[in-house]
Amino acid sequence: MNSSSMGAVWGLWLRQIKRYLRSRSRLIGSLGQPVLFLVALGFGFGPVFQKAGGGNYIQFLTPGIVLMGVLFTAIFSGIEIIWDRQFGFLKETLVAPAPRIFIMLGRTLGGATIAIIQGFLVLAVSFAAGFRLESWTRLPAAALFMGLTAVAFTALGTAIASVLEDMQGFQLIMNFLVMPIFFFSGSIFPLISLPRFLTDVAAANPLTYGVDGLRLALEGGSYAAMGRDAAVLTAVAAVLVVAGGNLFSRIQA
Amino acid sequence: MSQSGGDIIEVKDLVKTFGSFTAVGGLSFSVKRGEIFSFLGPNGAGKTTTIKMLTTLLRPDSGSIRIAGLDTAREPLEVRRKFGIVFQDASLDDELTAWENMFFHAVLYAVPAAERAPRIEEMLRFVGLWDRRKDLVKHFSGGMKRRLEIARCLSHQPDLIFLDEPTSGLDPQNRSRLWEHLRRLNSELGTTIFLTTHSMEEAEKVSGRILVIDGGKIAAEGTPDEIKRRTETRTLEEAFLALTGRDLRDDVPGAVEDMRKARLIWRGKSR
Ligand SMILES: Nc1ncnc2c1ncn2[C@@H]1O[C@H](COP(=O)(O)OP(=O)(O)OP(=O)(O)O)[C@@H](O)[C@H]1O
Ligand SMILES: [Mg+2]
Repeated sequence: MNSSSMGAVWGLWLRQIKRYLRSRSRLIGSLGQPVLFLVALGFGFGPVFQKAGGGNYIQFLTPGIVLMGVLFTAIFSGIEIIWDRQFGFLKETLVAPAPRIFIMLGRTLGGATIAIIQGFLVLAVSFAAGFRLESWTRLPAAALFMGLTAVAFTALGTAIASVLEDMQGFQLIMNFLVMPIFFFSGSIFPLISLPRFLTDVAAANPLTYGVDGLRLALEGGSYAAMGRDAAVLTAVAAVLVVAGGNLFSRIQA
Repeated sequence: MSQSGGDIIEVKDLVKTFGSFTAVGGLSFSVKRGEIFSFLGPNGAGKTTTIKMLTTLLRPDSGSIRIAGLDTAREPLEVRRKFGIVFQDASLDDELTAWENMFFHAVLYAVPAAERAPRIEEMLRFVGLWDRRKDLVKHFSGGMKRRLEIARCLSHQPDLIFLDEPTSGLDPQNRSRLWEHLRRLNSELGTTIFLTTHSMEEAEKVSGRILVIDGGKIAAEGTPDEIKRRTETRTLEEAFLALTGRDLRDDVPGAVEDMRKARLIWRGKSR
């Protein structure tokens, strides 16, 4: 890896972070949705969930909502390429003397870092809603699952944005990809009593492994089970980074 | 600077089509090291499309391009190190400051850390934006953005710069200041300048070689004087009319910009 490749990774990472820290409205705005879900679902369905024998719903829901924050932020960071194309900045990076894959990697790591920060912010809010952590020593494992999820979905966003020319398809992606990924991952309801076809969907959904892993991490589950989830997620993230990098490399101005 | 036979750009039989439309229909030309070379042509002539192919952003359908002796198809990364470019449309990050845009570029082009700050300062002073270095680019005027792009494209010290309509959107004062800068750059550092323009006046003033292109094809090539002599006309404008049967100038001020905007909206993207 030569110095312009490293420069590309570091430079684009730094750019993403700078833009994020600079736009408070985005920071607050992207917290709004997870917090709304946490409060509305948590307090709305909490009693029903408890009565049905599911236990404390806020405890169940928090990992799902944390990853909702991560998922949305990650996908948006990837999709931001479309804006960069529209505002012209994309050209500056496409004409740079660094292999495109490193440009993509820098963007992805930057987006993923932001997504992890958002995840921790949601987690902090969930404490106010009554969530209790098994032990603080579980936080590194939690960070790992947020990180893997963040990388996988930022790369997915990048892959999508590399083939879309404008924002026209965006609504389509939200409704037919991002929302289903979120809903059918065990994030807001347990997967066990679902009809067969939905459990199959969930099993094929990468976020399912993130949610399961994060739940195990936060609730004090076994490291062996976490290891399995982490392995699946790592593989998915790797495939998506390679695919996203490939599609990004093919962009023509 | 590596000398390679004197030609820094060599283009042979360059073709680019979009669907059934031929944007560039078989261009061949070369640009000498140290030259100021202008591409002159009306809207849609294929100027930007050609620049995109020369700068490795767009793959030609056929033909070959060598920049500083390197084949753009085979060694795109090496080629990208050799030139700087100012695109027709802005390519700055509006959410960053002028300094940050410059810094980011220096990092991408692997300018050694110790040289970054002095070089950025030199370039920002060169285009008169040093005092505005801490301002977000989104608060800049169109002309200031243009100047910042020029400073940025020079900051990795390329031997060759591409300027796609560098003076569009600049007021007369900044226009002549830019020309002064470019001439100095060319005479003092020997930087080769490849530019596109609609303006006859400008092409005439720069006085280097001109390639008149229309409909993706070469209509004439030579210095303004040679072209005028050949077409037996007194002005470049008449020469153009004689060559293409069309008037080049977009007489209504802003008409070009409006057309371009309409085109962007129509395509739903910026190019
Ligand atoms: N991506 C594209 N898809 C389809 N057609 C394109 C594309 N890019 C350019 N064209 C067409 O190719 C032709 C040449 O365009 P180009 O941008 O190179 O012209 P130009 O000489 O730079 O014009 P201007 O002076 O307006 O900038 C135009 O007719 C344009 O519509
Ligand atoms: Mg153009």
